[in-house]
Amino acid sequence: MTEKADYKYRLKDELNKKGRFAPGHRLCAGCGAGVAVNAVLRALEEEDRAVVSNATSCLEVSTFIYPDTAYEDSYIHSAFENAAAMTGGVETAYRVLKKRGKIDENFKFICFGGDGGTYDIGLQSLSGAMERGHDMVYVCYDNEAYMNTGIQRSSATPRFADATTTPVGSESYGKKQNKKDLTAIVAAHGVPYAAQTTMLGNFRDIHEKARRAIYTEGPCFLNVLAPCPRGWRYEMEDLAEICQLAVDTCVWPLYEVVDGEWRLTYEPRNKRPVSDFLERQGRFAHMFRPGNEWMIEEAQQYVDEKWEKLLARCK
Amino acid sequence: MKRDRMSGNEAVAFAMKQIDPDVMGAFPITPSTEIPQYYSKYIADGEVHTEFVAVESEHSAMSTCIGASAAGARAITATSSAGLAYMWELLYVAASSRLPITMAVVNRALTGPININNDHSDSMGCRDAGWIQIYAENNQEVYDNYIQAMPIAEHCRLPIMICQDGFITSHAVENIELLEDDQVRAFVGDYEPDHYLLKKGEPLAVGPYGISAYYMEIKKAQAEAMKDSRRRIYEVADAFAELSGRRYGMIEEYMMDDAEFAIVLIGSSAGTAKAAARQLRDAGVKAGVVKIRVFRPFPWEELQAALSGVKAVAVMDKSEGFSGWGGPLFAETRAAMYDVSEAHRPLMMSFVYGLGGRDVTISTFDEIYGDLARTAEAGKVENIYRHVGVRGDEEGIQG
Repeated sequence: MTEKADYKYRLKDELNKKGRFAPGHRLCAGCGAGVAVNAVLRALEEEDRAVVSNATSCLEVSTFIYPDTAYEDSYIHSAFENAAAMTGGVETAYRVLKKRGKIDENFKFICFGGDGGTYDIGLQSLSGAMERGHDMVYVCYDNEAYMNTGIQRSSATPRFADATTTPVGSESYGKKQNKKDLTAIVAAHGVPYAAQTTMLGNFRDIHEKARRAIYTEGPCFLNVLAPCPRGWRYEMEDLAEICQLAVDTCVWPLYEVVDGEWRLTYEPRNKRPVSDFLERQGRFAHMFRPGNEWMIEEAQQYVDEKWEKLLARCK
Repeated sequence: MKRDRMSGNEAVAFAMKQIDPDVMGAFPITPSTEIPQYYSKYIADGEVHTEFVAVESEHSAMSTCIGASAAGARAITATSSAGLAYMWELLYVAASSRLPITMAVVNRALTGPININNDHSDSMGCRDAGWIQIYAENNQEVYDNYIQAMPIAEHCRLPIMICQDGFITSHAVENIELLEDDQVRAFVGDYEPDHYLLKKGEPLAVGPYGISAYYMEIKKAQAEAMKDSRRRIYEVADAFAELSGRRYGMIEEYMMDDAEFAIVLIGSSAGTAKAAARQLRDAGVKAGVVKIRVFRPFPWEELQAALSGVKAVAVMDKSEGFSGWGGPLFAETRAAMYDVSEAHRPLMMSFVYGLGGRDVTISTFDEIYGDLARTAEAGKVENIYRHVGVRGDEEGIQG
């Protein structure tokens, strides 16, 4: 643990730190994943080393294309569904080698997976690693569909979204099921820290949560809403605004669970209607067609219910 | 040198204890379950320094090993059957990342239908994954092969499977000779990789997206490493012979010097085949046995030398390849013999046997040797692909 006691968040200071995630990677313009990775890695103390790991994902195939890597730190990827277990292996090796006097530096272990690799195919691996208590951070960058293979629905895709395996048609209004509540599922493992965040304003929220996750001993989890301009169909320059709308409509509430205690970290002054978030994205365009008003109503109702439950939990 | 009575599983666990590797990730599956159990007890009693990661699946066991090995640790696991199948995808990753993970495989039939007994369908199924595969006939060989595993794998930077037959050796107790702890530690040595994730001053990236412009170079490098591993397997065997007095090669030839009829097979059934050959020799039949110890890399040169000039050969597969034309050992053995001149090229037949623990006895091998003699007499193979001991199978071999 090398967390500095006199820490105070200043965006300018953070931006002056040497970056750990190099530009030149192949992620799309307007993609939330790269911004999320940059923000999370910036929360590492400069003197600490890290092993960054990935589940197979857009992020992985865009940031480590042989022979180029975008990571200043050591990095490992092996498959789609096993990133948490693999990272647990790295962390275990670190503990043994340190005990045996073979290494003397401080390392942190930060694993990134998309919603496909985390909510779905990698859920077992994640659950196992969280339960076993590896000292690591698992970061899900949640862009709400399998974007790497071409916008297929995942269990993180919200109801009504038009995805390529839940296409809108005369007999289909898009995805039928609501989004899985993964943060709550991970929190239920009794991990010391789990949080939901996204990229907002001066990045304080994501920075402080990443910092807390990295410097809390044990398995910690961050769920970062990371919009995808291709899958969500928004203009690439609108990324920050889309994130803000997700939070202000309470579609993506920001909270943290610290040792089992739920805390809201952002409460919108004026809770905006969910349609403000939906109307900016092509994946929800059909909801605004005449006769489909019920979709927006039901989406609003669902968000309101989830929000009320969360508020009750955070009291 | 001390003697002890041990099951094959305990022999592996005991070898692991003597080596005291860094990380073990394992998930129980019959019949390999005892290995992580024995090992957990060694840890509980403070006899080793290994970190045991009690994962929630074999998939995570191999993932743990991949992470740990890339990080710079000596990583091990043990599994069987469906557990090995569940690791499949990651076996290729471990091999292409050139991680010398050591896996104790206790061979068991793959499910379909579920069956817990021995055959080789699990490890034969992943024969093309890029792992060195070494098989044992008995508990002594299981122990000896395991002691040799890391010096081979770590030198070649290839992962290695040390295979034994489920229940037949894994659970049967035999007298074996054990090396002293310090002898084993000296023989296996410390694991000192050149590059690893946690190395001071040298970040490392493992597991890239390998586009078409690079993928084949990576595969060719693996293929070269596998070819070269043969030399290393002999080097380690020589050193082991010096230490223990027990000598190993790629194959073992039994009564093959002047053999006219030979059986080629893998694993514990070799003991039964040898007994059959010995009895037939007493009756004047020139019978011999070739036991495959190393299946990957494939011992094609050794097989050419051993089988050249033999009249008829039965290649026995303890797995079904469903090629419609014989098992995998048959296909590769027969391919190896293609280069032998026609005058010295034996007649060859495929026999699939022992699936799901179906027993084979000395009389089974007697039948097969008899069939080889008749085939040699006829000068041609009547039926190239048959099964052994299947009820109601008139084409097959009974006995």
